[in-house]
Amino acid sequence: MRLAGFYLFAAGVALLPVLFPDNYFVTVVGASAGLHVILAVGLNLLMGYAGQISLGHAAFFGMGAYASAILTTRFAWPGLLAMAAGLLVAGVIAWLFARPILRLRGHYLAMATLGFGIIIHVIMVQAMQWTGGPDGLAGIPPLNLLGWTIEGDEQWYGVIAAAMLLTIWLSLNIVDSRMGRALRAVRGSEFAAQMMGVDTARAKTQVFVVSALFAAFAGSLFAHQQAFVSPDSFNLMVSVELVTMVVLGGMASTFGAACGAIALTLLHQGLVVFEDYEMLIHGGLLMVVMIFLPQGLFVGLSQGARRGWANLRSRAA
Amino acid sequence: MPEQLFQFLVTGVTVGSLYALVGLGFALIYNASDVVNFAQGEFVMLGAMTAISLLAAGWPLVLAAIAATLLTVLVGLLLERFAIEPAWGASVVATIIMTIGAAIFLRGVALLLWGKDFHALPPFSGDTPLHLGSATLLPQSLWVLGGAVLLVTLVHAFLNRTLMGKALLACSFNRAAAQLVGINVKVMLRLAYGLSAGLGAIAGILIAPITFSSYEAGIMLGLKGFSAAIVGGIGNPMGAVAGGLLLGVLEALGAGLISSGYKDAIAFLFVLMVLFFEPTGLFGHKVAERV
Repeated sequence: MRLAGFYLFAAGVALLPVLFPDNYFVTVVGASAGLHVILAVGLNLLMGYAGQISLGHAAFFGMGAYASAILTTRFAWPGLLAMAAGLLVAGVIAWLFARPILRLRGHYLAMATLGFGIIIHVIMVQAMQWTGGPDGLAGIPPLNLLGWTIEGDEQWYGVIAAAMLLTIWLSLNIVDSRMGRALRAVRGSEFAAQMMGVDTARAKTQVFVVSALFAAFAGSLFAHQQAFVSPDSFNLMVSVELVTMVVLGGMASTFGAACGAIALTLLHQGLVVFEDYEMLIHGGLLMVVMIFLPQGLFVGLSQGARRGWANLRSRAA
Repeated sequence: MPEQLFQFLVTGVTVGSLYALVGLGFALIYNASDVVNFAQGEFVMLGAMTAISLLAAGWPLVLAAIAATLLTVLVGLLLERFAIEPAWGASVVATIIMTIGAAIFLRGVALLLWGKDFHALPPFSGDTPLHLGSATLLPQSLWVLGGAVLLVTLVHAFLNRTLMGKALLACSFNRAAAQLVGINVKVMLRLAYGLSAGLGAIAGILIAPITFSSYEAGIMLGLKGFSAAIVGGIGNPMGAVAGGLLLGVLEALGAGLISSGYKDAIAFLFVLMVLFFEPTGLFGHKVAERV
């Protein structure tokens, strides 16, 4: 029963391509939304549950993508092995940085993660001999899963949807585990959590590594799906977008983060037609949502609906 | 080598005073409202771009600069009135996203008004380089340095010598207490936003002949200003100035001695190092958490 929402969501994801076959919005935009969901759900563990902001999460996304891109094109590694290497690199770097970075609070933490993201982005642009510099790396071979080569938009939709459901399922379980309770205690008050015997430094390190792994996983899939990576996909604005997805959906709600990711992906798709006005509308919307629904669309609207319903019932009675 | 070092130092102090002014703006706003205003860099861009346009429309430089500054102050006040005030009491993350939204919005406006091209102001007093021993210095750098010294001195005097400035500082220490002793906190808030926007605009106008400006010019400047404020200990105005100078000099040295491509990475690596050893900045005060 605890996972009822999850099964409902999974059924919806599986039904979409059946209901709308050969639909660009399902297979292409949907796949992109799926990757964003993986990223947002991972970041939500860190931000929503543990209460730690990260303005540099695109760095881990990029590490996964570049590990896959470099190892498969330059060293002819098999895709899955390259993906594992990317996860390892992102995980180890996250683990190394977690303690000094997560000791910081509030705006200092925002600064440190932001700086971390920019440093990784600069390396992607500058380390030409490895990363191809600003032009990026092309010709990444398709992903091969134990003999099955993923090709075409439909197959990618399926793979990304499966990966996305796996991460959502993982996230729902982490939240309900001992670790999840420790994280919520940290968010409530780190000092109080410590007094209750929670090893807060360890809890924060764990969740930072987990969310970095989610991001690197999405990065590997992204590199193979696009067959091309460039630093633009992992810059500061991408990190900001990811944070926005989590906050837009509503913090500390796995489905909230997923909804935020889907909503923002669709928004971008919709705003493309406005061309030069895209930025203006995008910035304006961010401001309006944060002013009127600071707890996020998903959480804010569902709370509003619940309150409205309660009002109606009390009036009827 | 020593001659080169001196040259890097001169360049670094020029860029650093720009960062210092932007960082000072961050600190003022943070003091008054606990908000880190990520649209601070956009004030710099708006000031520069407006002055360039007015000059191109035939206005004299001084008038164009004053009008551009006033216009940016107005934008700062509008931001405070229509975004910060309605969202009063929102979480750190929500305010960060909101001010980033404001920054993207202002960038969008600039894109519509001025397109994607780079624009520049002519140097205020010619472009014959001055020779300082072995280093060369553009006359415009003197304008930047002089302007920064003057503005920082004025802000410092304002905060410490005038009643209004002291009231602004009082808000940063304890807003509720400030309100109780009769300080109009809302007015202080507007003052801080107006002042920050003005500082940003003047900085932008002073530097525009050297670095050029475009609708995107505010992004990196804003981030460096934020870094300056953080390194100095957020909420400490003079700490932000020191942080900005330090950051500018280190960045110039890194660009000259190590690699110009990695200049931004060096600057942010420095910020990370500072935070690893001093989690509240170099001149920040420690705060204890209350449960």
